[in-house]
Amino acid sequence: MERQDQRIGLLSAVPMGVVLLISFLAPLLVIAVFSVMPQKVFSLLHLPDFSSYKLIFTQGYIKSVVWSFGMALASTVMLFVICWPLAFGMAKVFKGFGLFITIAVVVTLFVSENIRLFGWVLTLMKGGLIEGHLRAWTGLTFEGALYNVPVIVFGLVYAYFPFMLFPLIQGIAMVPDDARQAAADLGASRWQIFYEVDLPLSAPGIVIGSLLSFVLAAGAMAESKLLGGQTVIVIADEIETAFTYGQNWPLGSALSIILILIIGALSIFGINRVNLDLIMGGRRS
Amino acid sequence: MSPEPILRLEGVSKVFGEFTALDNINLEIDEGEFLTIVGPSGSGKTTLIRILVGIEELSKGKIWLRDERIEELPANLRPTCMVFQSLALFPHRSVGENIEFPLKLRKQRADDRKARAFELLDLLHLPRSFYQKRISECSGGERQRVALARALAFDPEILFFDEPLSALDFRLRKNLEKELKDLHQRTGKTFVYITHSLEEAMVMSDRIAIMRSGRFEQIAVADEIYARPISRFVAEFMGEVNLFSVKGDVSGNPVGTEIDIQTGRVGPDSGMRLAQGVSATLMVRPESVHFLSEDSAADFMVEGVLQAEYALGSRTQYKIEADNGDELAVEKLREDRFPGKIGDRVRLGWNAEYAHMITEE
Repeated sequence: MERQDQRIGLLSAVPMGVVLLISFLAPLLVIAVFSVMPQKVFSLLHLPDFSSYKLIFTQGYIKSVVWSFGMALASTVMLFVICWPLAFGMAKVFKGFGLFITIAVVVTLFVSENIRLFGWVLTLMKGGLIEGHLRAWTGLTFEGALYNVPVIVFGLVYAYFPFMLFPLIQGIAMVPDDARQAAADLGASRWQIFYEVDLPLSAPGIVIGSLLSFVLAAGAMAESKLLGGQTVIVIADEIETAFTYGQNWPLGSALSIILILIIGALSIFGINRVNLDLIMGGRRS
Repeated sequence: MSPEPILRLEGVSKVFGEFTALDNINLEIDEGEFLTIVGPSGSGKTTLIRILVGIEELSKGKIWLRDERIEELPANLRPTCMVFQSLALFPHRSVGENIEFPLKLRKQRADDRKARAFELLDLLHLPRSFYQKRISECSGGERQRVALARALAFDPEILFFDEPLSALDFRLRKNLEKELKDLHQRTGKTFVYITHSLEEAMVMSDRIAIMRSGRFEQIAVADEIYARPISRFVAEFMGEVNLFSVKGDVSGNPVGTEIDIQTGRVGPDSGMRLAQGVSATLMVRPESVHFLSEDSAADFMVEGVLQAEYALGSRTQYKIEADNGDELAVEKLREDRFPGKIGDRVRLGWNAEYAHMITEE
């Protein structure tokens, strides 16, 4: 009976499995194949050629990789620092007000990211909302706050705020109140409670929020283009250029593979570091 | 010379919005004492110890620990510790790490911490191999002991317990009650224990405090509370009891106002006399009521019909319906079982020395 159920289950999963294979694995495979094609050759029959990978390391593309991951790391750390107190309040302190904040944050997602970023461009540019008002009221002027690395990081923090906030709320909600109270009762200061109880017990939320924010920020392009004015070129920008203006699909594919490998490795590492079962008291296997 | 109070509460109140959880509490707890606070759900006992350990803030009042006012002191700076109802063990830490937690906060050396953890495992009859064990691998009783070991590692001046045995099965609970009593004697620490269970309170405590609606109804040693409760509430809370509304007659004898109680030999020194017209409640525990033969008499007597018989293990309980329809309970040891059968008319009696007159209100 159980075997039959299993067989029916497997058969039911076949259509979805096929869709997943075609829509998820097939593009990856195509990218992987393209990345080892010789450049400027459109013949499909050839021996694997790693010249595109070589190009990445010799022609300065690695700098874009470093910029992308560096800014993603900075924005993730800032997001964690900014979101933690708010998430803690929403999970443990606020009651009806928490729902209000949730709605306020979610509503921003109803508007396209590019439009929201243009809003910031109009706010921060020379002659924009801030500089324009300052000049009108005080006569003081400055060159606007756009086109530098910090404003790109600000854009990443702004854009991916919900992706850190909501997993953190879930993580913090998992910390039992009495464990925090017991720690205080046993002599722990607020900082010690945070470090010894809150952080380890909310780790699943922290890791998931960090991974989401980091992965999205590492692959982001709009912030560096719109707010940064291409002060730095990020890897997603390089990939787009290679596929479009450059018509160098092997290079674009090789850059994509590098991005996928780094993000994939980080994700697997992060998820493996968080054993939800163990944190919640399960047996160590 | 009586021991000095280690903890003193003066006019402690706690209000949650419109609800008064604690209403002007005064209490003194002696050093080395085992005090149990008993009361129904919502009586304020958990709120009280949460205030005493500093997890909850009081609305009004003063708390002294020896000569120091502590009501403003945060929980982490108070020399007290609590074993939570849920035990509140840290699931991400091993048994050893849980026990060492307060020592780690004090930055004790790892070797010293481990040595102390082993001492406490020994004290609480847990094998030293448990040091590495995960909390999830421990049974209910083992977790209970780990929580106790962690609290003792803190070395508190007063150890509070918030119904820590309530989730355990009967047999384990009985064992741990005795172990706690034993541990109290061995450590000499002051224990303040909260429970719903009268039996738990009776087994372990030096004194019992009965709480009702945010106030202490009575604080006394177990025997006094059981035999001489100051109110109907305390009498009923401390187990099965027969209560009769009585009023003093012309000659000072208490006369039943609902059940017909025949008063036999209620002398002037019996403590059972009532001034004419004064109302009171006459209390007698079921084990003090006897089945009377035709020719015997007692200080108080009631007639009725045997309605039911319940075996309670070592004892048997009988329900008797008095002539006005009210029920009385009688308990006998198994070997002294009443030979009659259901439906028999019976005479019950008890003597003044086992009765108690409650003159509240």
